[in-house]
Amino acid sequence: MSERITGQKSFLELNDLRIHFPTDDGVVKSVDGLSFRLERGKTLGIVGESGSGKSVTSLGVLGLHKGTRARISGEIWLDGEELVSATQEHVRTLRGKKMAMIFQDPLSAMHPYYTVGAQIIEAYRIHHKVGKAVARKHAIDMLGRVGIPQPERRVDSYPHEFSGGMRQRAMIAMALSCDPELLIADEPTTALDVTVQAQILDLMRDLQQEFNSALIIITHDLGVVAELADDILVMYGGKCIEYGGAEDIFERPEHPYTWGLLGSMPRLDRERTERLMPIKGTPPSLINVPDGCAFHPRCAFEGRTEGRARTRVPELLETEGGHLVRCHLTRDERRGIWENEIKPNLESA
Amino acid sequence: MSESPEPLLSVQGLEKHFPITKGLIKRQVGAVKAVDGLSFDVRKGETLGLVGESGCGKTTTGRLITRLLEPTGGKILFEDRDITHLSQGSLRPLRRDMQMIFQDPYSSLNPRHTVGAIVGAPFRIQGVKTEHGTKKAVQDILELVGLNPEHYNRYPHEFSGGQRQRIGIARTLALKPKLIIADEPVSALDVSIQAQVVNLLEDLQNELDLTYVVIAHDLSVVRHISDRVAVMYLGKIVEVADRKDLYESPMHPYTTALLSAVPVPDVKRRTERERIRLQGDVPSPINPPPACRFHTRCWKAQEICKTVEPPLAELATGHQVACHFPENAPKDAVPSDAGAPVPA
Repeated sequence: MSERITGQKSFLELNDLRIHFPTDDGVVKSVDGLSFRLERGKTLGIVGESGSGKSVTSLGVLGLHKGTRARISGEIWLDGEELVSATQEHVRTLRGKKMAMIFQDPLSAMHPYYTVGAQIIEAYRIHHKVGKAVARKHAIDMLGRVGIPQPERRVDSYPHEFSGGMRQRAMIAMALSCDPELLIADEPTTALDVTVQAQILDLMRDLQQEFNSALIIITHDLGVVAELADDILVMYGGKCIEYGGAEDIFERPEHPYTWGLLGSMPRLDRERTERLMPIKGTPPSLINVPDGCAFHPRCAFEGRTEGRARTRVPELLETEGGHLVRCHLTRDERRGIWENEIKPNLESA
Repeated sequence: MSESPEPLLSVQGLEKHFPITKGLIKRQVGAVKAVDGLSFDVRKGETLGLVGESGCGKTTTGRLITRLLEPTGGKILFEDRDITHLSQGSLRPLRRDMQMIFQDPYSSLNPRHTVGAIVGAPFRIQGVKTEHGTKKAVQDILELVGLNPEHYNRYPHEFSGGQRQRIGIARTLALKPKLIIADEPVSALDVSIQAQVVNLLEDLQNELDLTYVVIAHDLSVVRHISDRVAVMYLGKIVEVADRKDLYESPMHPYTTALLSAVPVPDVKRRTERERIRLQGDVPSPINPPPACRFHTRCWKAQEICKTVEPPLAELATGHQVACHFPENAPKDAVPSDAGAPVPA
């Protein structure tokens, strides 16, 4: 991550990405110094509450903030190319073919006046010099691949004729139609029912293996990332506050915010706890991010940092084998708190 | 929870068919059978969870119970009084006892009213006089739900989503109702805020002796909050049981499938978990499948499921299931003998 110095660039690499939006009320620092790497065939889960900057990050990678008032700095490297300084036209040629996105709400992300097939065909023909008939065959093929029954008929349907789950499948087909190497899914299943969500998660897992693409999955649902992600990045107030392998985050989390998220969730796989342990307060405004550690006003352990959390922004430091934490507590303090104060409460009946 | 056999609310064969009309004279050509024969009791002091996927009729059920919609069939008894077809006027006194919490804290609060006006409205409408005036009463309630009483004169837009939901809860509590119907009370909120509101609902229940009907699609939230749970599918209840029985030994295949579809935040077990994947989507309630409505997606379905509708039968104490081939059922309980099957 940020501590990387030399060597081969990863397939996707973000270095100190900042995306700020000037507004009348002040500058909204949606993403404030984010760095991570992702290889082909791997899945990164980005977790955070609303306003933590996770969707802004993904739009930034796709270059969709270009031509807006957003102020972007830092570097985004995709397969050896730097995208922050690239022109809008150039990034446009990459979108669809090199990288694609699955949006949360397929009904508003698709054009209501065009058939589903026409929308897939359009994207395919921009990137491939093929005739209409070939592209149409490809669209039918893609719809079949994502599990839409009778694709040769449904290719001529309009988005409103599809159910929610089918629409999300159609959007996945659209995103995958040009075989992108990077796929970003922003809350891909939030709008869906659980039985359909399970189908879509299975589908995404299978397709990723088949296409060997890099996948970023953005969600607020820890259950969804646990199903799919190899690595997990937890965001709070525009910054990464914890990063690690999926097992690090679920078995040995070290940041108080991650503990809070785990304690807030009722879980079906464990004995029912008598009481949930919510995080007090509300997420910060990104115009007035608290001084010091952005999480300190809500942190239950802020008192143990001798006031450092109120004044200094903690650095994102490695605790062990690629597991990074941004916290003023020492590693031993954090591990002690997790083992003795947090974990027993999460597991007790 | 409560051992009292007295049901506070009793619903019998409740139906709501929305007509589909066509042409100039609005000839009825069909009906959306949103709720199609529901029967259940809600006992005093308990929380009944109502779960199901979108389109299963759970929200319609909530609106029928509170009489925001007019039922097309069946009966609703509140404290042994038939309220199924009461007029608006005679319903008004009843509204003191029965209140609703809505899903979306952004659209359920009037943006042009202050918090004081919103929470004070029930007092005004019902003509309730309080000892130290409405303002004092409202401030007490605000404090009860964890809001600052000094925010009396603020407008909804000045609050975050979680705080707005608290305002909505304060409004329902204003007149100390007996029954609260909460329709997806936390689904619009962030995870950390959800937990705050769930805890608040539990505290209020203990403090004020409330009875809840919680309508939600999130099975983990429902397990956390409910004493008994009813699972709905296409306008019908397929299973009702105590929380523990339902989650530990579900009998209806649909319940089993729902439970196994919930993503679990456990990385180690993601490969070993046994999953049941339902195919396709929920069929349309305009033309529901005949007999057992779940048979089109059920992996246990046989001929009988397509021809004979399974009745909702009690197979174990307090555990009712509508299925011909229930799972986890005690051996001596044979569902087709438990009640006369209704031919489709």
